Amino acid sequence: MNLLLNWLGQIWSVTGFGLRTIPQRKGASVAAIFGIAGVVAVLVGVLSIAQGFRYAMTASGSPDTVIVMRKGSDTEMMSGLTREDVTLVSLKPGLRRSGGVPAASAELFVVINLPKRGTGTDANVPLRGVGPETFEVRPQIHLTAGRKFEPGKNEILVGRAAAREFAGLDLNAAVRVGTADWKVVGIFSDEGGISESEIWTDARILQSAFRRGETYQSVYARLDGPGSFEVFKDALTSDPQLQVDAIRQSDYYSRQSQMTYNLVNGFGSLISVLMGIGALFGALNTMYNAVATRTREIATLRALGFQSGPVIVSILAESMCLALTGGLIGGVGAYLAFNGFEATTLNYQSFSQVAFAFAVTPSLLMQGVLYALLIGFVGGLFPALRAARLPIASALREQ
Amino acid sequence: MLETLVNVNRMVKSFRRGAEEIHVLEQLDLQVGRGEFLALMGPSGSGKSTLLNLIGGLDKPTSGTVAVAGEAVEQLNERQLAAWRARHIGFVFQFYNLMPTLSAQKNVELPLLLTQLSARQRREHAAAALEIVGLTHRTSHYPSQMSGGEQQRVGIARAIVTDPTLLLCDEPTGDLDRKSGDEILDLLQALNAQQGKTIVMVTHDPHASARAGRVVYLNKGQLLLEKPE
Repeated sequence: MNLLLNWLGQIWSVTGFGLRTIPQRKGASVAAIFGIAGVVAVLVGVLSIAQGFRYAMTASGSPDTVIVMRKGSDTEMMSGLTREDVTLVSLKPGLRRSGGVPAASAELFVVINLPKRGTGTDANVPLRGVGPETFEVRPQIHLTAGRKFEPGKNEILVGRAAAREFAGLDLNAAVRVGTADWKVVGIFSDEGGISESEIWTDARILQSAFRRGETYQSVYARLDGPGSFEVFKDALTSDPQLQVDAIRQSDYYSRQSQMTYNLVNGFGSLISVLMGIGALFGALNTMYNAVATRTREIATLRALGFQSGPVIVSILAESMCLALTGGLIGGVGAYLAFNGFEATTLNYQSFSQVAFAFAVTPSLLMQGVLYALLIGFVGGLFPALRAARLPIASALREQ
Repeated sequence: MLETLVNVNRMVKSFRRGAEEIHVLEQLDLQVGRGEFLALMGPSGSGKSTLLNLIGGLDKPTSGTVAVAGEAVEQLNERQLAAWRARHIGFVFQFYNLMPTLSAQKNVELPLLLTQLSARQRREHAAAALEIVGLTHRTSHYPSQMSGGEQQRVGIARAIVTDPTLLLCDEPTGDLDRKSGDEILDLLQALNAQQGKTIVMVTHDPHASARAGRVVYLNKGQLLLEKPE
């Protein structure tokens, strides 16, 4: 115990000397700190795109909401349901009912072209036809302006993000879709979820506008509890009249976001690794410089009886302190610069735009700081080993 | 006859530089008695500092033995050597080798960090050592705020604060003017005479070696009892 305390005491003391000498090497130290800060800012910044996209895709995904599509369909775009299918689905057990009416919304999904506000270029915007029960199915949706559309009229509700990103979707504006004008009667929010990127209207009106007859693409339904999923799904799959499958909404959106998430994440990680290698050389240079300028000091400590171990740990600690400072600066910088930054991107599964906000989450910040510490550790390790192996007798005479 | 504290026996130290082998010390024998003040003289490159480093466990001999207070120094591993140096050796360096970011008091406390003493005990021991070297008024000053002579006094206080078995001084007056050098030599003499400290001092200055009780000369790796012609 005493030996351990003695050893820890040595580490504490030697580390203290090293940290106090940082001002003497402030040029190299500041360069290393900001090199690492830049790497962390880029890492956190790029990964916040993926996080924000995933959040937008999954925020509104509730485990007690299910999506029913034709069997074998990966997306709503590929699915097709008849009026009879919808009726049969609505009768299945496990669904929430209010006054005997099941919480199920038969929906169809088309993509229209609208110009982006920022660039004026055309973008694919999802236009969703929803049933009268849609607000029962998605209780988190609420109007932020205007009113709900009236069934049977060319009226649309616009998601908050869609209104922000695409031109002509202001409240009370008329939007030309096909051969008719549609009036924007309300703006809604979905707590940052994917529906905010969509335009909603009455499904029956959309069917006739796009000549879809009596067909739908999906049924969004709300269970009477998350535990009812299996009951509902079994009832669907065991019905010989139905060729459909059910998936939880949270799983569906998670799956939809996977490709873009992986793409951005992979790209961001690659950039960060490449930049990290650059920062690593910066850290190595700084710590070799630190060891070189402290050669006599380190040799003196070892001549007085300090062990090599505490010298190694102290150099590593100094390097990691610099890296931690860089990591925190980079993390805070990324948070201030990127968090909440609003953008749109293509959802490759639906080929429509998804509006989202960059999300610098605590776990991303932690990831950035850990990456900085890793750079600091590797950057300090070799100089530390060199310091520990210095021949004391000759190092004592270094100027 | 003094009890032998340092016993160097058939010591060889050689270095390899490329294909060439350079013999710094050759079959060297030296005994230092407990309480003795020995000056090691010789021209540059004669191996004085090498011998001092070998006695102090900062380097290992190519062959031969070094015993200090009966302990075979050359047989200790790095870890044991570090602990041994902390316990038995006080080093005084030509360029003082103080920590620039620490006050005089904290510099003197440094070797005590390797002991079991409490913070209060460390402060008391360091204050006592600084009193011995006459620097009680400079305890909170940093090396950059002190003269060379004062810095070397701090270096001596750091060397004696653990009450080591042996003081090894490598050109302790080499970086000082005559007056400051004399003060340091006065101090070393007093430590030897009044506190019985065993001192081995490397110097090339006859004025300094004159203060020692015994002077030996190193020339071409060999120990001479008289100054070579």
